[in-house]
Amino acid sequence: MEDCHRRFLQNMMLRGIVNQQEAKALQQHCCEVHKQKYEADKLEEFIEVINSQLVSMYMKIRSGASEDDATQYYALVNTANTEITRMSPDYTASELELFKRTLDLIMHSDSGTASSTDILNSANSLQTRKLAKSAAEGMLHRLVKDGWMVEKRGEYSLSTRCIIDMEPYIRTTYEEEQLKLCSVCHGLAFKCQTCSNPLCTVKVHHPCAERFFRRMPVRKCPGCSEPWPHDIPEGRPSGSKQRQR
Amino acid sequence: MELVQYFLIKDENKLPVRRADIVKNVLKEYKNVFQEIMKRTSHTFEKVYGFKVVEIDAKNHIYILINQLKPAEGAPERISNPNTGLLLVILSVVFMKGGVVREASVWNTLKMMQVDPRENHRVFGDVKKLVTDDFVRQRYLEYTKIPHTEPLEHEFRWGQRAEVEVSKLDMLEFLGQLHGKDPQHWSQQYKEATNQASPGSSQPGSSQPGSSQPGSSQPGSSQR
Repeated sequence: MEDCHRRFLQNMMLRGIVNQQEAKALQQHCCEVHKQKYEADKLEEFIEVINSQLVSMYMKIRSGASEDDATQYYALVNTANTEITRMSPDYTASELELFKRTLDLIMHSDSGTASSTDILNSANSLQTRKLAKSAAEGMLHRLVKDGWMVEKRGEYSLSTRCIIDMEPYIRTTYEEEQLKLCSVCHGLAFKCQTCSNPLCTVKVHHPCAERFFRRMPVRKCPGCSEPWPHDIPEGRPSGSKQRQR
Repeated sequence: MELVQYFLIKDENKLPVRRADIVKNVLKEYKNVFQEIMKRTSHTFEKVYGFKVVEIDAKNHIYILINQLKPAEGAPERISNPNTGLLLVILSVVFMKGGVVREASVWNTLKMMQVDPRENHRVFGDVKKLVTDDFVRQRYLEYTKIPHTEPLEHEFRWGQRAEVEVSKLDMLEFLGQLHGKDPQHWSQQYKEATNQASPGSSQPGSSQPGSSQPGSSQPGSSQR
């Protein structure tokens, strides 16, 4: 581990999450500052050096893909506990419980979102201290500001950073049947397309659908072979990897 | 490694870490091995993060983290905090006036920059609190009462964190550029600057800016 790695790590600590392009630019910058040879295609190895030192610190730079456009992201995450208390210095116990309820709502939804109405209703029935509506709204606002959630027209969904960070927690906390996985990349699927066959549970991320169906003249569900009803997003010739660590 | 996490959390808000708190909150029954654990923690910070654990108060055993890596030009994204600028202006006023100033000097300088401690500022908010409370708790400034003054007046000095984080030499060089003079022109300050134990970097708060944190790599604007 050299100074160039330390500088990269410090930057990651400040920013939390970066996309692939930013990560490469940062790697280049760090190598140049410390006069180390910059190897453009060795980003993963570069990060692995850092991760090997972070293991005993219960931290990791983990990668994941955005559900919106398949861009690869890198986030600095805490691997210490699989409890939701990982966010705890900033959020109170009742706020964390509300977040957990929100997560439940999102997991059960078809759209990968939870409406602000439903979330605020949950705030009334918390087991820890009840949260007043304004306090709950304030917390939602903070979650968005801190980069854990995304809000669009009153619907809340998990940010890419949140998914990368919480994936192990989600996989251990929820039952297998409750977990929705994308049939193409096998990652957690929140914002995705669902097969219209009521007997088929196949889900596919929008960008995964684009890649999967792009070259098919007739689009069929990979699970049940029924025609795939959804529009496929415009193609993007990106070579970004879909594999999630 | 819990101590590493503890330091990082405290450092996010630039709050110093007391030995007593470490023993109470982190070490608990391991208090006899404080020295050993501190040694390992310091080593980890240097090796993995590029930070240094510095004891800024040897009597009360108070520690802070400072950045070993110098701020670099051309960083892909600069996260700057406006409070740095304000802090550096105040530090330079104190420095140039010999290390201690009556508070009126600082308030007057700020008023010249349209920052009035009596009013809520658009960017800095409650300026008086930021300068006399936040910066003091973070150990960037010292704000002490002057005895026998009526009404009560205070004076400002550099805090223990500023002493190790902010390079007086860099500050003099910046002021030199601003006034078109060589840093050695201010012989007294130059002597003091060259005697300063080498600070981690010339950027306050470069270890890990948190919410009220300096983070820019430029000394702040001092409009004179």
